[in-house]
Amino acid sequence: MMALGPLGFTAPWLLLGLAALPALWWLLRAVPPAPIKRRFPGVVLLLGLPDEETQAERTPWWLLALRMLALAAAIIGFAGPVLNPEPVQTARGPLLILVDGSWASARDWPRRVERMTRALDEAAAAGRPVALVNLSDPPPAPPPFAEAADLRRSLAGVKPQPWEPAIETAPESFLPEGNFDTLWLSDGLNRMGRGALLRAVTQRGMVKVWQPGTPVLALGAAAVEGTQLRVPLLASTPITQPLEVVAYGTDPSGAERELARVDVGVQADGTGEALVALPPELRNRISRFEIAGQRSAGAVSLTDDAQKRRKVALISGSTAREGLELLAPTHYLRQALAPSADLIEATLSDALLTKPDVIILADIGDVAEADRVAEWLEEGGLLIRFAGPRLAASDITNNSLLPVSLRQGGRSIGGTMSWGEPRRIAPFAEGSPFSGLVVPEEVTVREQVMAEPGPDLGAHTIAALADGTPLVTRSAFGQGEIVLFHVTANAEWSNLPLSGLFPQMLERLSVLARPVAPSAEDLAGQIFTPLKRLDGFGALSTTEAAAGVKGEDLAEGPPGPDLPPGLYGAEGRVLALNALPPGRQLAPATWPANVVLEAEGSARQTALQAPLLLAALLALLLDALATLSLSGRLRGARVAVLVALALGLAPIDSPAQEAMDEARAIAAADNVVLAYMPSGDAQMDDISNAGLRGLSQILTRRTTVEPSAPMAVDLESDDLALFTLIYWPINAASPSPSPAGYAKLNRFLRGGGMILFDTRDADLSGFGTATEAGQRLQALAAPLDIPPLAPLPADHVLTRAFYLLQTMPGRYDGPIWVEAAPLDAEQAEGMPFRNLNDGVTPVVIGGNDWAAAWAVGETGQPTFPVGRGSAGERQREIAYRFGVNLVMHVLTGNYKSDQVHVPALLERLGQ
Amino acid sequence: MSDPVQDAAARDLRRAAETEAAALPALLIAAEHLANTVQMGGHGRRRAGAGEEFWQYRPAHSGDAARFVDWRRSARSDTQFIREREMQNAQSLHLWVDPANSMRFTGAATGRAARPEKRDRAQVLALALGISALRAGERVGLASPLAPPRPGKAHLLTLAQALTAQSSEADYGTPDLSAVAPQSEVVLISDFLGDPAAIEAALTGVAEHGVKGALLQVLDPAEEDFPFDGRTIFTSMAGAVRFETREAAGLRARYRERLAERRDRLETLAARAGWAFSTHHTGAPAQSALLWLHGALGGAWR
Repeated sequence: MMALGPLGFTAPWLLLGLAALPALWWLLRAVPPAPIKRRFPGVVLLLGLPDEETQAERTPWWLLALRMLALAAAIIGFAGPVLNPEPVQTARGPLLILVDGSWASARDWPRRVERMTRALDEAAAAGRPVALVNLSDPPPAPPPFAEAADLRRSLAGVKPQPWEPAIETAPESFLPEGNFDTLWLSDGLNRMGRGALLRAVTQRGMVKVWQPGTPVLALGAAAVEGTQLRVPLLASTPITQPLEVVAYGTDPSGAERELARVDVGVQADGTGEALVALPPELRNRISRFEIAGQRSAGAVSLTDDAQKRRKVALISGSTAREGLELLAPTHYLRQALAPSADLIEATLSDALLTKPDVIILADIGDVAEADRVAEWLEEGGLLIRFAGPRLAASDITNNSLLPVSLRQGGRSIGGTMSWGEPRRIAPFAEGSPFSGLVVPEEVTVREQVMAEPGPDLGAHTIAALADGTPLVTRSAFGQGEIVLFHVTANAEWSNLPLSGLFPQMLERLSVLARPVAPSAEDLAGQIFTPLKRLDGFGALSTTEAAAGVKGEDLAEGPPGPDLPPGLYGAEGRVLALNALPPGRQLAPATWPANVVLEAEGSARQTALQAPLLLAALLALLLDALATLSLSGRLRGARVAVLVALALGLAPIDSPAQEAMDEARAIAAADNVVLAYMPSGDAQMDDISNAGLRGLSQILTRRTTVEPSAPMAVDLESDDLALFTLIYWPINAASPSPSPAGYAKLNRFLRGGGMILFDTRDADLSGFGTATEAGQRLQALAAPLDIPPLAPLPADHVLTRAFYLLQTMPGRYDGPIWVEAAPLDAEQAEGMPFRNLNDGVTPVVIGGNDWAAAWAVGETGQPTFPVGRGSAGERQREIAYRFGVNLVMHVLTGNYKSDQVHVPALLERLGQ
Repeated sequence: MSDPVQDAAARDLRRAAETEAAALPALLIAAEHLANTVQMGGHGRRRAGAGEEFWQYRPAHSGDAARFVDWRRSARSDTQFIREREMQNAQSLHLWVDPANSMRFTGAATGRAARPEKRDRAQVLALALGISALRAGERVGLASPLAPPRPGKAHLLTLAQALTAQSSEADYGTPDLSAVAPQSEVVLISDFLGDPAAIEAALTGVAEHGVKGALLQVLDPAEEDFPFDGRTIFTSMAGAVRFETREAAGLRARYRERLAERRDRLETLAARAGWAFSTHHTGAPAQSALLWLHGALGGAWR
């Protein structure tokens, strides 16, 4: 390699070729451009005229310069110029490659892999042993140094993780023994614990850090605010151009699609906020937010119940009395629900029409529309009932819309007329949806309705009083659920609605939206199972048989190998764990001065060979154009064509190539031509050709139709409008036309063409039921616009288009099918046949192997036997007559059918 | 059962003949169309003679046969009158269209501004002139290939066939006017790029016999403008003449000078013989040329 300033050459001796340029200059100057030949009658007038100007004798200087330039570019190009050549690494000793491997490095992972590959290649060339550590997925023991080539093979297995390197891992646990150089592929984010690791590796040897210059972007958890969803956006360094945040969700058909897209401006401090305003129906469908164009787990914000607002119908039995709001059965419910649920307060029948997620019946005894409510429950509704005087007074012993059967009346504890004290609530049992909630001391129950004791009462009870009597019972109903609070929803029977426990219980019942960042207390006591996992690139995948996670861990811990980000579910509640832990601030990583920082995007070794050779080629192309113009060969439209060609845009595009050959088109359009569809079987095509040739001869001999030689249809290129009748023999292996071919065939059929399908199987098993050809015909003809078919009626015009025929035999004599007669076809009075199709049947389908019956050899003798003896010859004759009738029918349409009206028309004219 | 192969051959021949025959009416129609644009009047010799139109009554002389007396006119006076008719002796028109290869030139064979070959234009003009002459009752023939002048519309087909059939291997044509009858009219349509001496000889040969006529030079606009440049080898249409230049554009002015010179010479030649001369370009509509031809010959017909 020879260096020349920032330019290096891999093959510098080739540059000696530049010395030959002056000689070339002299040579090129002497050669005039080639003459052009023209035929011109006026040449006699030119004879003897001398040339005055001699400029064109020598090549003009600018053309010479262009050629020299092309040549020089080619010589320099082949000399292998390299911009900013990198000095060859001379380091020795083992090399450790550290990869952050977090979600922040997922967006430019291919570049990282490329950098690692380069490092491994260099190490392999220098014979250095290499070890690789992914900090996000640290090995349990220090990895041994290995051959770089071996490591390179396993490089594909190194993937970014959807979390960040753990802070608490000690560097010694994964750093190998001894001294080594380090190449650290940083993800560009500052984090605690990085300093300790850097210190550890600087003690062992040289450290080189590779870090991209582009900022890291991430999305925080979305929060509902009024009618809007707020999604915080974080950037490690401030950026100026606005970003787009896209909300994805399912559409009504269940397919995932983009629901909203908003522009987000990032402020100077590197934060921004996406405000998504959507109607509640759409908002509840959002499953995740993404920063458009960012492929990383951090740029994905999953949504869960916290972002959903449920539609709750609140129905109470008593009419609201003015001034007594605090006593109204629904007051506390409304207070608890209004901030985080869409409330519907109407009559039950009206509320059911809006398809609510939850119906709360506060103190209603007999449900008016039990059938409709039951139906709604079957489909997955949640019915929550509160007891009260009305419920207690109604006929509750046998009520289907209650989770347990109740005793008549209730009980009153600690009242003026009773013994004992108001009962407190017992701590919630394991397995109850309320498990983990702390019961406040002061909550007491004074009155309640009592459940009828039964063997399954315990299973239905999810909350009980200190003495064991059920307080809240629950039972499944279809896909839905019924929950009964044995107390009132107001403070009449207990002070439960006054306590903070009440909204917590409602939240656990999935009535209330959860706060965005749930506290450990909120989730305590529940085991969440992973539903979906987020990978490092931000793609969601379903998990199977993954271990459950404690709610406390979910609320506290940042994501890590034990707690992968994704969706977690418990008790019908869904909780999202995003890759970006709440409260994480993004800041760019800073490195001390003694670290070699290899920022991505600095001047890199660039090979200039390709652009130089391309320039040489372009110059030669220009030279060709200039030479043409100099010699007068370039004028007008040819310039445009040449320029277009030079730009690689051939003006003739593909449709022109597919157009029908002109001679063939003229041959087809010149005269009536019978055509057949190639079957892919050469022998069958020969029979078709011979058959149509025989039919053409008969037509020429007997009628005024004198067809030319038959043609095979080339469906891809031929214009079918030029054909009238296409004979299509079907066998089990007939190739299927392309979609474009089908479009052409349909146009052909609509335009009055006819296809004669021939399964050649004598219709052995009835139409298309079992033979292979029949099945193939069904498959082939399915995309065609074929009208309803019917067996050929005896009065069809095909039976009298030229000859009077009763049967349509070929080599066999089976029934044939044509377009069905319209339903209103009636036999006119005195007419021999009905006025059937006012047009030509687009298809005739049969299995009589007509081509074989028509086929003639070169001498005009029939090729295939038909039947036996004179009866067979008679059948062949009838077959020919069918062919004649068919062609006549195609060419004249319903002319013969109309002929029967002629006497009537003449008679009318006579009057 | 007849032989199918023979069947097919006969059918093809018949179709080919029909196709060929279809071209003739096209030429005829084009020529007739063109001829329709020229208004034809009745014409006679403006003297008494054999004809169909009434000319004058004159008193009968001695020697006039009694059957020539117009008795109806004579009854109105004392002398006998004889009814004379206008003389209508038909003129013979000889057409000559240059069949040489140079007439096959066209400067723009394809494209939007496509022009016909000079020969096509010359044939249409000749036939159109023939049609209008035949309509006027003249006799029209071809100088070469020889088609003797005959009157009547049926002759038109013969003329058209002879015109389309003629061809020549030569680069430049010379008219052969040996068969032209004295006192007839001749129209020569050519590019007149060949040897002018031959044309001069042919012209003076017939002019001595009182033959009048017109020379129409048909040129392609490219031949007039010489729009070439660069190093070029020019060859004649058959390739017999060849000329190479290094810069065609430099020859343009001198080429046009020579063309003008040639035209002058032809014009002088025509004027000396009492003929008319004009140039027609294939880029221009054919009507103007036909009108000119008609005017140039019209004096004789009227």
